[in-house]
Amino acid sequence: MNREESTTNEKLSELGLKVEYPTPNQIMFRSMLGHKGFLVGATVLIIVVLMAVLAPVLAPHDPYEQNLSMRMIPTFWQENGSWEYPLGTDNMGRDYLSRIIYGSRVSLLIGFLVMIIAASIGTTLGLLAGYFGGRVDMVVSFLITVRLALPAVLVAVAVVALIGGSTKVVIMVLGFLIWDRFAVVIRASTQQIRPMEYVAAAKAAGCSTRRILIAEVMPNLMNNLIVVMTLEVARAILLEAALSFLGMGVQPPTPSWGLMISEAKEFMLFEPHLITIPGIALFVLLLGMNLLGDGIRDVTAPEGRS
Amino acid sequence: MKKVLEVVGLTVDLELPAGTLQAVQNVSFSVEQGETLSLVGESGCGKSLTALAIMNLLPPSGHFSAAKMEFMGESLLGVNESGMSRVRGNKMAMIFQEPMTSLNPCYTIGNQLEEAYLQHRHAPDREARDRAVYLLEKVGITAAASRLNQYPHQLSGGLRQRVMIAMGLMCGPALIIADEPTTALDVTIQAQILALLHALQKEFNMGLILITHDLGVVARMADRVAVMYCGQVVETGLAAEIFNNPKHPYTRGLMDCIPVPGKVEPGQKLGSIPGIVPTPIGNLHGCLFRNRCQYFQPKCAAENIPLIEQGPGRAVRCISEQINT
Amino acid sequence: MIIYIVKRMGLALAVAVAVSMVSFMLIRMSGDPAIALAGENASSEEIEHVRKQYGFDRPLVVQYLDWGMKAARGDLGESPYFHLPVKQILGDRIGVTLKLGACALIFALVISIPMGVLAAIRPNTWWDRTALGISVVGQAMPSFWFGLILIIIFAVHFRVLPVSGSDSWKHYILPTITLGYYATPAFMRLLRSGMMEVLASDYIRTARAKGLRWPKVLFKHALRNAVIPVVSLAAVQLGFMLGGSIVVESVFALHGIGYLAWESIGRSDLPVVQAIVLLLSMIYVFLTFLSDILNAALDPRIRMM
Repeated sequence: MNREESTTNEKLSELGLKVEYPTPNQIMFRSMLGHKGFLVGATVLIIVVLMAVLAPVLAPHDPYEQNLSMRMIPTFWQENGSWEYPLGTDNMGRDYLSRIIYGSRVSLLIGFLVMIIAASIGTTLGLLAGYFGGRVDMVVSFLITVRLALPAVLVAVAVVALIGGSTKVVIMVLGFLIWDRFAVVIRASTQQIRPMEYVAAAKAAGCSTRRILIAEVMPNLMNNLIVVMTLEVARAILLEAALSFLGMGVQPPTPSWGLMISEAKEFMLFEPHLITIPGIALFVLLLGMNLLGDGIRDVTAPEGRS
Repeated sequence: MKKVLEVVGLTVDLELPAGTLQAVQNVSFSVEQGETLSLVGESGCGKSLTALAIMNLLPPSGHFSAAKMEFMGESLLGVNESGMSRVRGNKMAMIFQEPMTSLNPCYTIGNQLEEAYLQHRHAPDREARDRAVYLLEKVGITAAASRLNQYPHQLSGGLRQRVMIAMGLMCGPALIIADEPTTALDVTIQAQILALLHALQKEFNMGLILITHDLGVVARMADRVAVMYCGQVVETGLAAEIFNNPKHPYTRGLMDCIPVPGKVEPGQKLGSIPGIVPTPIGNLHGCLFRNRCQYFQPKCAAENIPLIEQGPGRAVRCISEQINT
Repeated sequence: MIIYIVKRMGLALAVAVAVSMVSFMLIRMSGDPAIALAGENASSEEIEHVRKQYGFDRPLVVQYLDWGMKAARGDLGESPYFHLPVKQILGDRIGVTLKLGACALIFALVISIPMGVLAAIRPNTWWDRTALGISVVGQAMPSFWFGLILIIIFAVHFRVLPVSGSDSWKHYILPTITLGYYATPAFMRLLRSGMMEVLASDYIRTARAKGLRWPKVLFKHALRNAVIPVVSLAAVQLGFMLGGSIVVESVFALHGIGYLAWESIGRSDLPVVQAIVLLLSMIYVFLTFLSDILNAALDPRIRMM
């Protein structure tokens, strides 16, 4: 604010004619705290992360420990249940609560690692396509279309089946498959940023392309990027669960929630809780991540929602 | 001369996150048959909202109230949506500022011209079509019949605005409200559109409310003028009077800003009004122009300033002795 | 318009070829097909024999071209498990999957269009929040789990619907809901934001200023514009649904190509797996091509390009 403006504002205040407006950061912070979805999502994520990190402390038993004499014990709220195995045991006598708790590690680990791989690939492609346009854009758009045409789950299942299922394979296959949303969003955002004057100014000042991309374009992408990152972690978690459910993901005896549902399928008519419990865990985590991603989007770009 | 529209004490409030914006405060004016009233003021002074309030087309965050709002002798206050939809586009038409986006891209010009006529008049398609062709020719569009089958994006801005004017005229309205009809157009096209509006108004003997921030447009078109500032009418009068003898300090400031060839020497500074427009939120009192006025006195901040009559049809909202002599 | 269609077709073809290449390479390179065919316990001579017999010792490019040319003519090879032409096997099953996909899409649209429109005209009210709730819940529920829950509730507890199989129309109800609900949030959001944007536009203001009544403004002017991106999305979502059929079909044991794919993967029946990937990709490419055409038909601005 220059001197003339500030004295004008003073004059306005004296005359009782000025209105105070909060700063953009204050507005964002206030909306974050006021946005229920954001708060719920963030809380869920924090709880699950804590659960994963503190698993050895929280879990009452070893999730891998089989005890064939203690098979299929019901949950504590059912008849014959006990607090020693609060959520009962599965068909191998393993404590369900411990497996649920350790399962969060699998979901979060795979979710984040897959997201990072996909983000790296997709963001790079999107940046290049959006910034350089022309032939580069044509090639990248073509690649995206080809990737979208492939039935992702099917291809993932097939490739994992052929190579052999393991956590590492799942992470690599999924990571190299689901970069499409990153590419699409970053490409669109970069296209919007490209014609901005501050980019032209940086070019005129002689900045190298690399510097422009890193210093001018990327900071303005961060909002959209973080939203997509959050939502893609959710997608990755869901895909891992689906793969494990189909038997082509994480291998037993690793406690993956999807795998637990698959293993419980044959008992679902008698002991449905073996299916509902891991499903609820998945549902809550996915719900939280989606709410968090949507919340970030609303808070950083409020024009979208009224 | 019959009064087509009479508005007394119109107030429009907008609910914003920062508070209630008193966008239009106690505005009164009237328009007679065949007369052009111009609402002049800078962006944000409330002139567009005044027009939208008359047609009850305010955005969801807006509310209006008025002591009196009579159109063709009948009150518009308390009329429900069904009743208003019989008036809009029928007896009262509005032309907007942005011709590029004011037409639906998915339907032909003909379709959009005819639909209001078909609804208001319950007329056969043939009649609506003929009327559309007639009006397109009236607004100066050649090959009118073939234009009916074209889509909006196939026409230029100037042509689209002519179509908008024709659309407003379809049902033979008694009043046209034109909100900055030429602002988005090239200067040469502006002159044509204004001349067209003027001719049509005279031919069909309609009332015309012309909303603008451009004093040149006012000088050309207006019979009477109401100058608005920060949601209030600060001066009214005949156009000639306002231009030759502006009284309110704001109006004087506006006139000073216009560079007149011959009167201004090269190198001479153009006039400007120091300060910025206040935001009308919260407890307003006193003159809203006082932070920019050279005639400011302590009493200007104290009470609300009324519109003081200076003669038939002439009024100024100022209590300074220097103005009121 | 013709030029537009031709351009789009050319692009679709290019994508089809690229997809066939990628799917072929991916599957070939993921494991040794000779071992897969001969079985894990086969001796190295048997594996070599299989390799020569099926031509797996040729360069990858040659193998691809051979397979590609045959596929273009409709010859998708023979399934080592069924000992039948792959084309015939797929032909028997594709009907089930297509039926399921179509039903799921219709289900999703029937729910999401009214809810999306209602949410847009009454923002921040009960309608809006319900739509939002459905949207958020729908995206967080894994389809395989949802399917199992539905089975537990409707087939076991209430005994209203069959558990699995594909004999009657009743068998399609639960799978349709399971496959369709996941697409509902996407449509609802698109329609809601599209409608809100359109309702705030200048031409809607013009329509109202002309005295047109709300139903006409909503349906003739607003929805007509807001629905254009939904049509594109519908085509794409149908493609995704068909691709996602592997999960739903295996939960409900519906004998479509998704289920076949899963079984074939388990049996290392590579010709079938490859053919299914190819088929699903081709369907997706066709659907996106179709949506481009529909887009042009609905939006006059695109037609003139």
